[in-house]
Amino acid sequence: MTEMLSYDFMQRALLAAVLVGITAPAVGIYLVQRRQALMGDGMGHVAMTGVGLGFIFQTSPVWMAVLVCVLGAVTMELVRSRGNQRGDIALAMLFYGGMACGKLLVSLSAQAGAGSLESYLWGSILTVAPADLTAIAVLGAVVIAVTVGLRRQLFAICQDEDFARVTGLPVRTLNLLLAVMAAVTVTVAMRVVGLLLVSALMVVPVVAAQQLTRSFAATQAASIALGVVVSLAGVTGSYHLNVPSGPAIVLLAIAVFAVFSVIAAPLARRRHRAGADPGPRECDVQLPGQGSTPGRGSAKGSSRGPSDATTPERRAGLAQ
Amino acid sequence: MNHPIPPAVRLRSAIASRGGRPVLRGVDLTVQPGEVVALLGANGSGKSTTVKAVIGSVPLDRGMLELFGVPYAKFRAWHRIGYVPQRTTAASGVPATVREVVSTGRLPQHRLLPFRRRDREAVDRALAAVGMLDRAGDGVADLSGGQQQRVLIARALVGSPDLLIMDEPMAGVDAASQQVLADTLRAEVARGAAVLLVLHELGPLEPLIDRAVVLRDGCVAHDGPPVPNTGLHALPGHDHVHPHADHTPPRLLA
Repeated sequence: MTEMLSYDFMQRALLAAVLVGITAPAVGIYLVQRRQALMGDGMGHVAMTGVGLGFIFQTSPVWMAVLVCVLGAVTMELVRSRGNQRGDIALAMLFYGGMACGKLLVSLSAQAGAGSLESYLWGSILTVAPADLTAIAVLGAVVIAVTVGLRRQLFAICQDEDFARVTGLPVRTLNLLLAVMAAVTVTVAMRVVGLLLVSALMVVPVVAAQQLTRSFAATQAASIALGVVVSLAGVTGSYHLNVPSGPAIVLLAIAVFAVFSVIAAPLARRRHRAGADPGPRECDVQLPGQGSTPGRGSAKGSSRGPSDATTPERRAGLAQ
Repeated sequence: MNHPIPPAVRLRSAIASRGGRPVLRGVDLTVQPGEVVALLGANGSGKSTTVKAVIGSVPLDRGMLELFGVPYAKFRAWHRIGYVPQRTTAASGVPATVREVVSTGRLPQHRLLPFRRRDREAVDRALAAVGMLDRAGDGVADLSGGQQQRVLIARALVGSPDLLIMDEPMAGVDAASQQVLADTLRAEVARGAAVLLVLHELGPLEPLIDRAVVLRDGCVAHDGPPVPNTGLHALPGHDHVHPHADHTPPRLLA
């Protein structure tokens, strides 16, 4: 452990992992809330064009990717907010165009090595330079300040946009802000898990956490904690086992999701048991003209009649 | 013509289209302070669009909209309006508690400031009014349809609005929740709130309603006292669709 921490590159890698582990779920929770879990994926594709432009103009691919990804995210938000029925086709064009354009630009550029694009697609956390770390830290701080600081406002627009408008919130501005934050997160996480797996770190900690939580606030806190834990564990594991860190982090997150969903069902049952009396497990209402069913033997059953008819239905609703 | 208090809603010659198709062809709608107005009409007659025009989520192609005497473009007093959208579900992709959903109704009051004790107390009061205070910590996805509707009504009531706008609040709501809804509405009217209700038919809320506005093909076909027990059924082009086939309770407010 101490040997691992004595390397500068490992210190930077772990710091970057913590930052990404916080930011990705902090933004991702709003995308999941709006059932746009795959939006981060699309932004990752669009960011490839930014990386390609960075290669062509010999500038920093990270900042170019931020620029292109923000433009892409704003376009996606405008397509979404117009509620166009062909919107998904427009998004498909944007995603495929972004990916194809990125690969084309990289192959045209002078420094087109075999591994150059590869490191952005799959992440290369061990090559994070001090300048990269500064960029990740600054962008990450902005994203966290917005997504945690404006939690109630962003929750409202993702929960019910029409209602949020009637509370006087600047819905369009907040939607654009959220899209820009997601774009920035994609580029921040690019070096750690890679563009192809960015979306996983935005989504998987959130859906894993919500297996066990009932409130939005708890889901946000738990998913950020989970993001940090799997990022640190993934980087540490990849150092010891000599495997790439991005896939290690993502597989670890999916394993946590699997474990949580297995323990979620018995936990929910216990919660229901602790709450109000859920009533009998089986129906005890008898239809007229039928003999008593074996194994029940409730004398009260037939005398209850239709006045009680709404309760089993209600109970069924609660048990979902 | 000079009202001492301006009407809560004043919509004049509203023309609006959705997807290129004209939906409102010159709708006039006024709701006075303290008045309960029901907006009736067959499916596709433009009643939901009218309500969406009033809250500004469907822009007007032509016409004029004033809220509390202020033109829509300059209107900022959103804390005076409580809105209950047509419910599909109160749940979203991430779990949220009843309290969290209702708390969003306090956003016009606390804005960017932290959520304080008086906000919390307002949420408790609104939840108590719809009989859901004991479920405050439960997830909204675990509730029945009628209970979710009650949560959405609490969210609209939490800011003590002067105008309550409800889009089909009775659709798919079980008998117990219909009773709670009618009681809540009566309390709000007694407090002095104006109410604009979209209804498929007058039903159990009829005794509360001061005026009925009936839309047909984006035009106002009737504006006056509600016609008891006939409502929509007397109108041509009415298609009788019940979203829920269960027994409707006899006259909740009688």
